[in-house]
Amino acid sequence: MTKPILEMKQITKSFGSLIANDQVDLTVQPGEIHGLLGENGAGKTTLMNILYGLYRQEAGEIYIDGNPVQICSPKEAISLGIGMVHQHFMLVHNLTVTENVILGQAKKGQLFINRQEAAAQIKAKAEEYGVELDPWAKIEDLTVGLRQRVEIFKALFRGARLLILDEPTAVLTPPEVEQLFQLLTNFVRQGNSVICITHKLHEIKTICDKVTILRGGRLVGTYVTNEVDADELAVLMVGEKAVTPVKSRKSGNNKVFLKVENLTTELDEGDSPLNQLSLEVYEGEILGVAGVDGNGQTNLAHCLAGLKQPKDGKMWWAGKEMNGLSAKVLAEQGLAYIPADRHGTATAMGMSLAENLICRRFSLAPFSCKGFLSPKAIEHYVQAKIKDFEIKTPSPLVRLAALSGGNQQKVVLAREIDGEPRLIIAHQPTRGLDIGSTNYVHRVLMEAAQKGASIILLSTELEELFAICDRIAVLYRGQVMGILPAQETYLREVGLMMAGRVEPKGVDDHHH
Amino acid sequence: MSLLQIFDLSWVAATIRLATPIALAAQGETLSERAGVLNIGLEGVMLNSAFAGVVGAYYSGSPWVGLLLGMLVGALTALILAVASITFRANQIVIGAAINILAMGITGVLFRAIFGLEQQVTVMSFKPYPIPVLSQIPVLGPVLFQQNVLVYLGYVLVPLLTIVLFRTHWGLAIRAVGDEPQAVDTAGISVIKIRYLAVLIGGALGGLGGVSLSLGQLNLFAEGMISGRGFMALAAVIFGRWHPVGGVLAALFFGGADALQLRMQVLGWQVPYEFMLMLPYVLTLLTLAVFAGRASQPKALGENYAREVR
Repeated sequence: MTKPILEMKQITKSFGSLIANDQVDLTVQPGEIHGLLGENGAGKTTLMNILYGLYRQEAGEIYIDGNPVQICSPKEAISLGIGMVHQHFMLVHNLTVTENVILGQAKKGQLFINRQEAAAQIKAKAEEYGVELDPWAKIEDLTVGLRQRVEIFKALFRGARLLILDEPTAVLTPPEVEQLFQLLTNFVRQGNSVICITHKLHEIKTICDKVTILRGGRLVGTYVTNEVDADELAVLMVGEKAVTPVKSRKSGNNKVFLKVENLTTELDEGDSPLNQLSLEVYEGEILGVAGVDGNGQTNLAHCLAGLKQPKDGKMWWAGKEMNGLSAKVLAEQGLAYIPADRHGTATAMGMSLAENLICRRFSLAPFSCKGFLSPKAIEHYVQAKIKDFEIKTPSPLVRLAALSGGNQQKVVLAREIDGEPRLIIAHQPTRGLDIGSTNYVHRVLMEAAQKGASIILLSTELEELFAICDRIAVLYRGQVMGILPAQETYLREVGLMMAGRVEPKGVDDHHH
Repeated sequence: MSLLQIFDLSWVAATIRLATPIALAAQGETLSERAGVLNIGLEGVMLNSAFAGVVGAYYSGSPWVGLLLGMLVGALTALILAVASITFRANQIVIGAAINILAMGITGVLFRAIFGLEQQVTVMSFKPYPIPVLSQIPVLGPVLFQQNVLVYLGYVLVPLLTIVLFRTHWGLAIRAVGDEPQAVDTAGISVIKIRYLAVLIGGALGGLGGVSLSLGQLNLFAEGMISGRGFMALAAVIFGRWHPVGGVLAALFFGGADALQLRMQVLGWQVPYEFMLMLPYVLTLLTLAVFAGRASQPKALGENYAREVR
């Protein structure tokens, strides 16, 4: 048996109290495409960042070709023949493909760029791997798929033998995925290896020889993909979740509050566009939206919150059309929005707790009087909110950045769930929070539903969705794959739908 | 009075002469901004260098010593910005503004300390040097090739900088650093090293611009003598779309306006001369208003770079 190209043994890495990798092993053979599978937060990217020298492990060893190595920086990883294609490409947009590839590749004493020669080399290499790449094209004129190809060629020109790809297909169209797989297959045929981070099961089955599964930072196991079927992989990835029944409230009534029909958005970077998405939310119901990040969650939340106009499709609430209403009008009429990006969108970290609390209505009475803020009314209101929402703070005037993540999120909740909102869009409201704060957020959402609000909870954490939702819609590539009751027995089906393993079907409401 | 009386060959020659300090400084600023560092302190760099040039020429009796000292002081002034913004990641605009104020103060104080209360000191300067043969070319010869040596330096500098920026590995790294420093860092090149070099050389070239005013045109130092030419050079960089040749063309445009207003004063138009004086500045303002928004500047311009640490 040949020596493995890479062995990672007992790798452990923690961030504060969170253990991202707990004694993880990974072995990759030459000529192998190795899948790294797991849910969000399972520790896949952390493990690869350790391998690429971006993080240092606290314990464990790395061997390349059987030799122990210390990898302290990407530069060392590159010299060991490791290349990484990040999810966010490291390309200079107004330079050409050739210029990007040769950046940092000057030989000693070489002053002038030989564009012709380098371009010819790139063309030859591309032909060798059976793909097209125009060396003279500017990056900004290329599609996302081609930009990724440039990243791969950058790694190849730096002598990569082991290529790490982080969610490579997340941003690609199906034909582009096809071409990528062809390229990778040709690459490993020459004795090189690929590690492919993904949570898409069918991709693992299509191109990976082996798959290593992580769950909660721990190794579940390494499997030969031919010997396990996709359903088994799904269960291994999701795990046997202990679903605690917290639903000690009556589910919503039968009145449809929010209706979304054939919602479609323009292509954009970062998130899957919505493709004829339809769903309904009942009064007093919490509808969970499950799905891997980037399958249209942000677009859906932005459309509903009035931050983005759909290209096509209609939205109604309480029978009235929502299309074209501005975020301000929607908010005034009872829409609460808890954005996923707590630091950038939901709050102004440099401003005080009090200012963050009133920033939705600061220009209205009683906070504002004849164009001036009235400190007394604000103080009164803020003190009440701090008490109601159990916000732990030394003073209302402290900068929001000084509070813990949980308390910051409470400020967002206190501001948004002020009055009695009719519709709450909560996008990843518990991301990065500890258990206590997470439970608090859940409690607030459930209380709001109890009072009759309709809630859409977009989350990538199945545990959370099963714990507090009435029904779960699974989002995949901008479409609803299906809507299921949030009962343990459907966990597996949800997992499969998340991986796009089930054909999309219409909205089902056998629950009601 | 006909237009030909105004826009004649001596107007062209004056345009070139007046554009030279702006054009030279714009070359340096182009280099610096291409690497992502905005040197608002260019005015101060030029002022310090103009002063250092006069001091060097005064004590040595040679304008060449003044030139070298001026460029050295220009680089040292830019070093303040480099250390503060690249190493300590201070806001580039704030540091640049501070450099301008510092230069006003320090040149004023040193000028009086060294030369006493004489208001103007005259020194050996660069005299026009007609280039044999070339200056004999009809029409263009006298205009282009009866200038001083600093103008000729500019003729060489522009193509040289263009080649460095667009034909060498170093130039590629500079342009990449100004746009996507993270990509450069992951490619194994030191962002810090590239930026330091670009800012220091940019400062030396800004100094060349300052010296070309004090030793190339006026042969003296007076307080605040740069009077906005550093800012015009900043505008010329934008107007010229961060290209060395574009920067020169923009500088010629401003220089032409300056020459024009001088000409109009001499011809005795019935317009208060203060309005004439305003012309180059008004044009700078207008071009900035029209072009600044549209031009695509280096993407990371003005942003300090720190490797993401977690």
